[in-house]
Amino acid sequence: MSTSTTGDVLVDYDEVLAAYDPAMGLEVHVELNTATKMFCGCPTEFGAEPNTQVCPTCLGLPGAMPVVNAKAVESAIRIGLALNCDIAEWCRFARKNYFYPDMPKNFQTSQYDEPIAFEGWMDVLVPTADGGTETVRVEIERAHMEEDTGKSLHVGGSTGRIHGADYSLVDYNRAGIPLIEIVTKPITGLGAQAPEVAKAYVAQLRELIVALGVSDARMDQGSIRADVNLSLAPKGSGALGTRTETKNVNSLRSVERAVRYEMQRHAAVLGEGRSILQETRHWHEDTGVTTSGREKSDAEDYRYFPEPDLVPVAPSREWVEQLRGTMPENPRARLARLQESWGFTDLEMRDTVGAGALGLVEETIAAGAAPQSARKWWLGEMARRANDSGVEIGALGVTPQHVARVQAMVDAGELTDKLARQVFDGLLAGEGTPEEVVAARGLAVVSDEGALSAAVDKAIAENPAIADKIRDGKVAAAGALIGAVMKEMRGQADAARVKELVLEKLS
Amino acid sequence: MSADLTRRTAADLAADLAAGTTTSVALTQAHLDRIAAVDGGPDAGVHAFLHVDAEGALAAAAASDERRAAGSPASALDGVPIAVKDVLATRGLPTTCGSKILEGWVPPYDATVVARLRAAGLPILGKTNMDEFAMGSSTEHSAYGPTRNPWDLERIPGGSGGGSAAALAAFETPLALGTDTGGSIRQPGAVTGTVGVKPTYGGVSRYGLVAMANSLDQVGPVTRTVLDSALLHELVGGHDPLDSTSVDQPLPSLVDAARRGAEGDLSGVRVGVITELSGEGYQAGVQARFEESLELLVKAGAEVVEVSCPTFVHALATYYLIMPCEASSNLAKFDAMRYGLRVLPEGVDSPSAEQVMRATRDAGFGDEVKRRIILGTYALSSGYYDAYYGTAQRVRTLIARDFAAAFEKVDVLVSPTAPTTAFKLGEKLDDPLAMYLNDLATIPANLAGVPGMSLPSGLADEDGLPAGFQILAPALADDRMYRVGAALEAALHERWGGPLLDRAPALAAQAGPTDANGASA
Amino acid sequence: MPEITRDEVEHLANLARIDLSDAELDHLAPQLSVILESVASISGVAGDDVPPTSHALPLTNVFREDVVVPGLGAEAALAGAPESEQQRFMVPRILGDEQ
Ligand SMILES: [Zn+2]
Repeated sequence: MSTSTTGDVLVDYDEVLAAYDPAMGLEVHVELNTATKMFCGCPTEFGAEPNTQVCPTCLGLPGAMPVVNAKAVESAIRIGLALNCDIAEWCRFARKNYFYPDMPKNFQTSQYDEPIAFEGWMDVLVPTADGGTETVRVEIERAHMEEDTGKSLHVGGSTGRIHGADYSLVDYNRAGIPLIEIVTKPITGLGAQAPEVAKAYVAQLRELIVALGVSDARMDQGSIRADVNLSLAPKGSGALGTRTETKNVNSLRSVERAVRYEMQRHAAVLGEGRSILQETRHWHEDTGVTTSGREKSDAEDYRYFPEPDLVPVAPSREWVEQLRGTMPENPRARLARLQESWGFTDLEMRDTVGAGALGLVEETIAAGAAPQSARKWWLGEMARRANDSGVEIGALGVTPQHVARVQAMVDAGELTDKLARQVFDGLLAGEGTPEEVVAARGLAVVSDEGALSAAVDKAIAENPAIADKIRDGKVAAAGALIGAVMKEMRGQADAARVKELVLEKLS
Repeated sequence: MSADLTRRTAADLAADLAAGTTTSVALTQAHLDRIAAVDGGPDAGVHAFLHVDAEGALAAAAASDERRAAGSPASALDGVPIAVKDVLATRGLPTTCGSKILEGWVPPYDATVVARLRAAGLPILGKTNMDEFAMGSSTEHSAYGPTRNPWDLERIPGGSGGGSAAALAAFETPLALGTDTGGSIRQPGAVTGTVGVKPTYGGVSRYGLVAMANSLDQVGPVTRTVLDSALLHELVGGHDPLDSTSVDQPLPSLVDAARRGAEGDLSGVRVGVITELSGEGYQAGVQARFEESLELLVKAGAEVVEVSCPTFVHALATYYLIMPCEASSNLAKFDAMRYGLRVLPEGVDSPSAEQVMRATRDAGFGDEVKRRIILGTYALSSGYYDAYYGTAQRVRTLIARDFAAAFEKVDVLVSPTAPTTAFKLGEKLDDPLAMYLNDLATIPANLAGVPGMSLPSGLADEDGLPAGFQILAPALADDRMYRVGAALEAALHERWGGPLLDRAPALAAQAGPTDANGASA
Repeated sequence: MPEITRDEVEHLANLARIDLSDAELDHLAPQLSVILESVASISGVAGDDVPPTSHALPLTNVFREDVVVPGLGAEAALAGAPESEQQRFMVPRILGDEQ
């Protein structure tokens, strides 16, 4: 037992599993990278000045009407096909009616009982305790098209959060951007693996979306957002418990943590003989807790009905088959191919996928780096830094091209590993390209033989006892001299060359 | 000259302009003068206009005259002024939909039909009064006070588009645009002695029409003659990529059909009288004028038969389920957040957005709007969808099938437009069901999406007020009703010795011009 | 026969975000019941085998190319706003949670 920062009592994870079976459902919203919005011709660029990418339609002005973006439908079909879904021969948009200030029409144009894609699956590779991987099939219930809402800025109060704010400021640039919502069927029978499977599913779904090229797939910018539904049932009962829906879990790491947190919290509530409230909860990335949101009972009446301003979408089978031809490689086949080509061990492959770095490593190799070098940087240095700053590895600001360039400089002897790490410091600080960082920080390896030779001579002169040992054949003692030279050169020397020089001079 | 100009038809005025015997500025000014003379405001006069844009109209007229002088008019109706129902978005001109909740709202964009009017060079005189959000059959549900029927200022001008119809009947404008969801163009036409057309669903763009019931709404012409309607219909109609429900296929020429019809020969045309839409429940004088009109059609060579459409008796109930469902959702956007009225709840410190929404929607919507929102919210709420909205959509299919079967046998269907002539202001205000019965005969066309026209059939003997004759045609065959309508109009004019409106009483001059909200200044 | 009670009207008004006064509730509930009773007459008219019609003309696949069209610009977008600040729509504090 423990208590979270918000006062939630949490049951130890092992105890949760001893008493309960978890069931989870994942709803992932993918913001498409179409040039224009779902129902109007406004641009979708991230980060524009507020309310500059709006028109009568996406502002919900009286009289304005929607027209469906063909490219968004195409992307929805391609996502559906990639998830092994059936593609509807005929489907419609529906209005989901609820009031909220960031929703211009006070209904969201979505799909209800007629989604464009349904009944699919995705095989997720999950690490096993013995270092291998196993495949878990996640059943997909549906993938449907809808539109995003605007964004509110909460002003006043102490927290900058919604509660306690004096008023809010709304920007509708995001309103109407196409979203594909991908909903799994309840995932059961996972036991302790549930949090890992949740993370692996979202990570692999993200990789798939990247491969399809239909979204920027930036979790840090909200272009992929996950909602986690979780419930516990008494172990072995085969029942489904009351679920909570944790919204806007916006990093892979948080997906795992949110599932684990809710499992531990549910178990505590149930253990006290209380029941779980069916409610929406909010995930707090900074503190790693969920807090209660709206209770669902009353507001849940969305009064869905078919959107009368739009006509049905009836994708022809020819179109669907043509899009099937554009499918990226099957993820498992792709993994096998990459592992073979890179010569990674199972463990290395698993860690690469688990870190969400598969695509990054692939691109780094494509940019010229050796597979092991690419893996080493991303899974070592970059993963550590991402973890330290709590961002996705892909959102660090270091690109595969950067990593490949830095490695090339190391290979050419222009940088040591230590210097390379300082180059990454500069890249993370936004100091420009690797070359610019090297120049600005003066990080190049000194290859001036005269200066090196003088430094070696100086070290030998200052450490006569050590020099004698080396002369006597105790080569291992060279380390101390090399250290002295490196110190003299402020690290900007190639240690291997220094060693050569030392041994040469003392042989 | 001024009085003469206001009594001419749009086709006449277009000819005058083409012949150079008048200018757009002259005839626009003549209509502005007429508005100033007879329109009055909420308390007296016709009160057809909620907003008059003299400056804008005269500027557009001057531009039109320049085009004309340069020999390049933008359209056949370039320079002929028009009035626009206040439910259509007009850039830079207030658009209130007859509701307090939109008081002062000035759209930053034009409805497609309005853009087409502007592109064709028609000066826009102003925005016409209507039942709030087009919900009503009397224009009494306008938040800005009722419009009065020019035939008798104690009576209703029909609704929801009473303002447009009354403006035509009072010679305040030669043309107007209306919208028709359950009869809002045709029923006002009937009770004011004017012509109104609801086009085939999808025939005219709805982009910029503030929706009441999206699957039923259509924009259409309000005029004094069938030919004028055809001219305006052709001008605003046709495919619009901004309206997904807009039909992308060419229609037969409506103006040609009207001209051909006016020659008076209807031989070979089969006319079906809808059994369910006449007789019991229809005022004797309305029924009498309807039957006389049928005789004239026979005289013109048409074959008149009776056709039964048994499911039409369910049309009203079907309509009053579908319409409130769609309306309740459409009207959700009026929430005080982005435009329009914002009312702070009384006695609440630092109210929340939700409290402001509630207070604004209570203060900003009238009774009829609230009734329909609650009704629609109920019918869509969980557990009721199938029983109400779903059922209504299935009955709609049956009504469409009745139309299809009838049009196998006949070319057009006919009925009286409204069961009665204009009733007294206030008479049915507190009896929603009685009010709804006005649309009994017009609603089936909206449910099936077929076009409908109303034209005057004469004056009822018992009250001397206008009655309407409705012509319905198959979807996309709007030309048929123009042909039959023009033939009947010609025969009636011959019988009457001129248009029916010549018999309307003269209107007393009002105190002063109208301001933005129609109040006397 | 369906009947809408006063409590039900209050609940519906709540869903529809309208602050009805007591007088309005008293007035509306019986009117709504009468209307509902009258429109309920169509239950059973169409069998389950009759497909619903939601559009008068059966169009499908009306799409728009994914090409940017100029919008309103912030000034025009905000022109009708009851209040604005920092080029954004200023709205009263939001109590509920995001959906
Ligand atoms: Zn837009």
